[in-house]
Amino acid sequence: MNNYELMVIFTPVLSEEEYKAAQNKFAALVTENGGELLHSKPWGLKSLAYPIAKKTTGLYWVMEYTAPSSFNEKLKIQLLRDESVMRHMYTVLDKYAVEYNTKKRGGVHSSTQKAEA
Amino acid sequence: MAKANEIKYLTAIKAEKRPKKYCRFKKMGIHYIDYKDADFLKKFLNEQGKLLPRRLSGNSLKFQRKVGAAVKKARQMAILPYVTDLLK
Repeated sequence: MNNYELMVIFTPVLSEEEYKAAQNKFAALVTENGGELLHSKPWGLKSLAYPIAKKTTGLYWVMEYTAPSSFNEKLKIQLLRDESVMRHMYTVLDKYAVEYNTKKRGGVHSSTQKAEA
Repeated sequence: MAKANEIKYLTAIKAEKRPKKYCRFKKMGIHYIDYKDADFLKKFLNEQGKLLPRRLSGNSLKFQRKVGAAVKKARQMAILPYVTDLLK
């Protein structure tokens, strides 16, 4: 079991319900395959730094989970098949990254972390 | 033999002392660099969105590599641009 973080950019044409449904679909996939969902955070509509698929905005979604190492290949197939996903990326989190994320979630404001950095 | 304090120069020698550069990650004990934090990563980029060299940023090699990896991830996810003008 490893810690991962998945970031997905959905197309901005999704409605609020479709956006939620898409999130639930991939979150359910984690638990079905023996993983555990730690955290899920929709960022909402955000402008892109450069256009992707002729779109200048995207719906961001970040999910943290633990899963067996074989799971990401299955997830990748589902992400690539889904037409609403414009781009996705997963990151393997080491112990420092997990610590950082839990600290950030635990009410510590991000601006204070920037100040100490 | 002239003694050191008797030597006179035509132009005054520069005695400017720069503060020594340091690696901010080592000094502050930061182990993980978040690719999602665009404002923080912008400290290591120039106006065209290119990565600054260690010569200027003062990072140690270990953390310069991590900054590079984080910036590249942020670029892939359209959090930071690949090429631009007037980033700051």
